[in-house]
Amino acid sequence: MSSNAQAPRTPQSPGELFRVFNRLALQGFGGVMPVAQRALVDQERWLDREQFLELLSISQILPGPNIVNMALILGDRHFGWRGAFAAMSGVLLAPLVLVLALAVLAQQLRDQPVVNDALRGMGVAAAGLVLSTAVRLAGGLQKNALGLAACTAFVALTAVLVGLLRWPLVGVILGLGSTAIVAAWWRLKP
Amino acid sequence: MNWLIGSHALAAADWLSLFMHFMMLSLLAVGGAITTVPDMQRFVVREQGWLSDGEFTACIALAQSAPGPNVLFVAVIGFNVGGLAGVLATLAGTLLPSTTLALSVTRWGDKNRESRGLRAFTTGMAPLTIGLLLSTGWVLLEPTRAHWANAAVLVALTLVLMLRTRLSALWPVSAGALAGVMGWV
Repeated sequence: MSSNAQAPRTPQSPGELFRVFNRLALQGFGGVMPVAQRALVDQERWLDREQFLELLSISQILPGPNIVNMALILGDRHFGWRGAFAAMSGVLLAPLVLVLALAVLAQQLRDQPVVNDALRGMGVAAAGLVLSTAVRLAGGLQKNALGLAACTAFVALTAVLVGLLRWPLVGVILGLGSTAIVAAWWRLKP
Repeated sequence: MNWLIGSHALAAADWLSLFMHFMMLSLLAVGGAITTVPDMQRFVVREQGWLSDGEFTACIALAQSAPGPNVLFVAVIGFNVGGLAGVLATLAGTLLPSTTLALSVTRWGDKNRESRGLRAFTTGMAPLTIGLLLSTGWVLLEPTRAHWANAAVLVALTLVLMLRTRLSALWPVSAGALAGVMGWV
């Protein structure tokens, strides 16, 4: 609370944007957003909690990775496209080099059964991580204006069409997505 | 293994379709890049045959064991399909459309955040996002179908760790590596 009450600061240069976003990206395992909140709100004080949540919701509406959208918008706000580019590079560059180094290593060791076994097991955990995000988000459906029954139907239909029947995503989003959006529009009638 | 262009000897048309497919998915990635994994797998594994089920899932597992934004799993897929050129195709394809959109519509979106249209969009897409995450989980489990009972236990353990404790994602990933080495999954 005390840290949020203090006067907000602003990034002094694109270089500072790069450094801060680089640092927070390298601290995030399995998602950078919790680290981002701590760094941008509590440590750098570029945003208060309210502003952070606003920025998060607009980043979520836009397609593309939320943390990248957030970096772009914040960077653009302070230094135009130079700031946007600096912040986005900060988020992506060092982690990209790291993950590619891992990929090269895995390629080199692909004939070692132990590496393949470990990766196969890690794949199961990866599936679990994605499913845990689904469970966490599902709690929010209780407040969804579509109503729980319609939401459940949309969740199930999407999972069956994309996961089981493997229909192309574009058709499912255009068809089912637009149906859901129109239904929501109608439910949100003022 | 050729680090520059990979070992699949992709033709020009293949590079273009790889880039274009990831570009299209970028615009459909309303719930994050991870929600487009089923379609990436459909394209890269089933349609083009560039990777096996196991290799595809390993790309995402590898990315999740490194720090940084989750979206970087597309770079690992690109690398295994076509070396560094593949990274360029998948990562640029994923980032270009959404970046352009983010920079051009932010101010409009900021002002209209409470509008009925945008609220209808987020309200309507929310259940689809969850359906897509469930599909992603299902697709990632494809290589371990033969050990489905043990895999289910490991998935359940991961769910408990992530939802009931504040432990980092590194813990379930390490547990998965151990389970794999022990031959349990």
